[in-house]
Amino acid sequence: MMRRTLFIDPGRCIGCQACVAACRECDSHRGRSMMHLDYIDGPHTVASMPTVCMHCQDPIAPCAEVCPADAILVSADGVVHEASKERCIGCGNCVHACPFGVPKIDHEEKLQYKCNLCYDRTSVGLAPMCASVCPTGSIFYGTLEELLAARPSAAATDIVVFGEQEIVTGVATVTPAGAEVAAVPGGGP
Amino acid sequence: MTRPRPYPIVAPGTADFREAGAEPARGWEALHPADQRLVATHCCFCGVQCGMYLRVDREGRVFGVEPRDHDINRMKLCPKGVVAYQQVNHPDRLLHPLVRDRRGEPLRRASWDEALDRVVDGIGRIQETYGRDAFAVYSGSSLTTEKTYLIGKFARVALRTRHIDYNGRLCMVSAAAANKKAFGVDRSANPWSDMLETQVLLIAGSNVGETFPVMTQYVWGARDRGAKLIVVDPRETAIARTADVFVPLRPGTDAAFFNGLLHVIERDGLLDEAFIAERTVGWEGVREVVRRYPPGRVGEICGLDPELIERVARLWGEAERAMAFHARGIEHHVQGVENCLTVIDLVLATGQIGRPGAGYGTITGQGNGQGGREHGQKSDQLPGQRDIEDPEARAYIAHVWGIDEADLPHKGTSAVEMVHQMAAGEIKGLLGICNNPLVSMPDRDAIEAGYDALEFHAQVDFFLSETAARADVVLPGTVWAEDEGIQTNAEGRVIKHNKAAEPPGEARTDWWIVCELARRLGVGDRFAFGSPRELLEELRVASKGGNADYSGITYERLEETGGLFWPVPSEDHPGTPRLFEGRFAFPDGKARFHPVEWHEPAEPVDATFPLRLTTGRTVAHYLSGNQTRRIGALVEQTPRPWVEVHPSLGFANGDPVTVVTRRGRVTYPALVTDTIREDTIFVPYHWAAPVAANILTVDALDPTSKIPEFKVCACRIERGGAVDPVSPPPVPPGAPPEVSPVDERPPSAPQGRGTGEP
Repeated sequence: MMRRTLFIDPGRCIGCQACVAACRECDSHRGRSMMHLDYIDGPHTVASMPTVCMHCQDPIAPCAEVCPADAILVSADGVVHEASKERCIGCGNCVHACPFGVPKIDHEEKLQYKCNLCYDRTSVGLAPMCASVCPTGSIFYGTLEELLAARPSAAATDIVVFGEQEIVTGVATVTPAGAEVAAVPGGGP
Repeated sequence: MTRPRPYPIVAPGTADFREAGAEPARGWEALHPADQRLVATHCCFCGVQCGMYLRVDREGRVFGVEPRDHDINRMKLCPKGVVAYQQVNHPDRLLHPLVRDRRGEPLRRASWDEALDRVVDGIGRIQETYGRDAFAVYSGSSLTTEKTYLIGKFARVALRTRHIDYNGRLCMVSAAAANKKAFGVDRSANPWSDMLETQVLLIAGSNVGETFPVMTQYVWGARDRGAKLIVVDPRETAIARTADVFVPLRPGTDAAFFNGLLHVIERDGLLDEAFIAERTVGWEGVREVVRRYPPGRVGEICGLDPELIERVARLWGEAERAMAFHARGIEHHVQGVENCLTVIDLVLATGQIGRPGAGYGTITGQGNGQGGREHGQKSDQLPGQRDIEDPEARAYIAHVWGIDEADLPHKGTSAVEMVHQMAAGEIKGLLGICNNPLVSMPDRDAIEAGYDALEFHAQVDFFLSETAARADVVLPGTVWAEDEGIQTNAEGRVIKHNKAAEPPGEARTDWWIVCELARRLGVGDRFAFGSPRELLEELRVASKGGNADYSGITYERLEETGGLFWPVPSEDHPGTPRLFEGRFAFPDGKARFHPVEWHEPAEPVDATFPLRLTTGRTVAHYLSGNQTRRIGALVEQTPRPWVEVHPSLGFANGDPVTVVTRRGRVTYPALVTDTIREDTIFVPYHWAAPVAANILTVDALDPTSKIPEFKVCACRIERGGAVDPVSPPPVPPGAPPEVSPVDERPPSAPQGRGTGEP
């Protein structure tokens, strides 16, 4: 995890939806936000959680694996791209395969949309829109060293556990220092 | 005292600004070849004043936003800032002057000549019949500092009325008055980067995560470096949720709480005796008062576990470096000034000011809430934060303006008082600019009666606000991206807004409108300003020698540095990021303590109205909503107001709940949540009648600052029939009507509706 990637830290999130607004400004899908922002157990708490595509590394991109049209490209840098408009048949297999609920289907266009790590921006060295604007650093873009320089007590993991299934993700999750990797509740037995 | 920094902090407003990569946007040109350009500017909304770039196309139209690595915000933006640009070419923009031939008739399009002549006739008729003071000006702090200076001068020189005030009266005046009383000057004491060096950060009455979202990076940054966070608020806000200590006190009890902290600190010997002796006067009076506020008593007043008071006092008292911030939550009270003074007493008694990581500040609300309260649009003030009753100040400003001091009006009345005078027939005519009192002022129905009683009302705005829609003449002004000028952010940092587009249709800049009115009133020679730059040149002279000394500020210096903290008394002065390092702004250099006795709010709860209503904001909307209620994404995030009630009150989420006060009743959908006190309910205030929170609020005013008590009044709740519908914002004749969301549900959380919900 020495390269630059997104680090997601729900503990810092204030639920403002700047990420949602900024995602809409990205030229590759202007007017349409790929961000998911959920209020966790609202209205009992103000806690919130941003979700981007985690760019699954191992098993590699379940969305791409199940795509019958072979529309989802995983580029050499590990970025799992949005379904190609030329190939996508809008079947929604990717939606069912994604462990994080990330892809969205536009049922009128019969096309899939999802976060592609702002490939137009990241490929020229800019941070994705969501991470650029996030007022809290809940969505951070950079290397692990850069993250730790800014937050000495933080730690991060690239593993998410659903029951017996471990997933290594290209996008990292910030954990409290010393925290053990634990299964995501609701993820299975 | 100051440790070496173990981490890099970019000093605000200094040479490091360029090194931070502020200009130009790095890598951006690779994405966007020659068909568009970026204009470096700042956001139009809150007091943080985040840097941003506006994207401008070949035709000169603003069409997007790009993050900017300015050292205030380091590219960060909130959801309002991201979509701010959507106001520029919005279909609701006022493109032509509008007039109404008779009350009750609709507005119709008019020429500038006709509209301006009507205003001049209205002014002349009213001032000749009823006297000069019968015509008033009500202004605002979302204007650039140049414009606020101009409007103050216009009222005093062109209208010669004593009745001018501004909407900071609903916002900043309690903190401003307290700062002047205690420190002799009204400005946040520290740059926000100081937060990164503090050990204890206390935030009282400020929903930072929703109202100043980008300030959160400083709060979290402080915690990343080990600081403890204390949040004082009746609601568990986004920053309170994970705070080290959350103090959910009862609305209207802040002064008792802070007295309680000082009680424990004094009792336990945690005072900074040396600081008190060397740099302050008046401690004995405060000691005497706080001795009467033991934690047991304070716990009862505030509805808190006394142990919380002990904990917070210990954390604060034992810290080597601590900082306190507060906002409207403690300021919007009949005891608003005194509440601020109790925080300042705590800061002074522990010597926590004037050092890196030790300090104090109010968090200014509006974009230019600081600059707009410094240069004379306030009823009792002349440029440079001067007192209008100070003979020396009067003589100086009269000289700058080329008038006889005897012709300079004296102190006027405050904003809400002016509306009461309108209802009483003392004020007959009004020029309003940059405000929407029919949404933002307390006891809305009484405010409406005041506006209805006017013989003549002109309003300047760029959207047809609920207030403008009732005016006799509406003059179309500009949005921030269509003009240039300076603003001063919540830290006291003066920054520069740049022009990105020409005004649409026949809209004109606000300063052109005011100067043109002055010309038609026969005093054009004193208002011969051809640009904001010329206004700044005069403002620099007018502010020279005052507390808020801008004389060393030029557009070029602001561009070069990214911002300068006033005072900047000469062009080679580096600005003053941190105040009070050696002395306070009184002649003897010492700060003043002020003993404060807590008392009940203006409207204590009783058997008929047993709950406390507190009002506030939500992240997707800004002030009266005249801007944000028209932007699709923000309306989608938060389409309507709601009432927050604790589960113990017996309602289910989404139930229609009628809130009843002595002023009125409104039915909202309930957001049933554990994050609010059982004895308190909350309604956000950004919407107009019939769902305006200000239908319910009390217009009791602080005796010193005249700020209304928006943050607490007595109420009761009842099971309602149907929730009251949101009315769409008004549009000018001919524009497609705004469609109001038909949404009767509460949001998923106070921050809005989640993206996964229908």
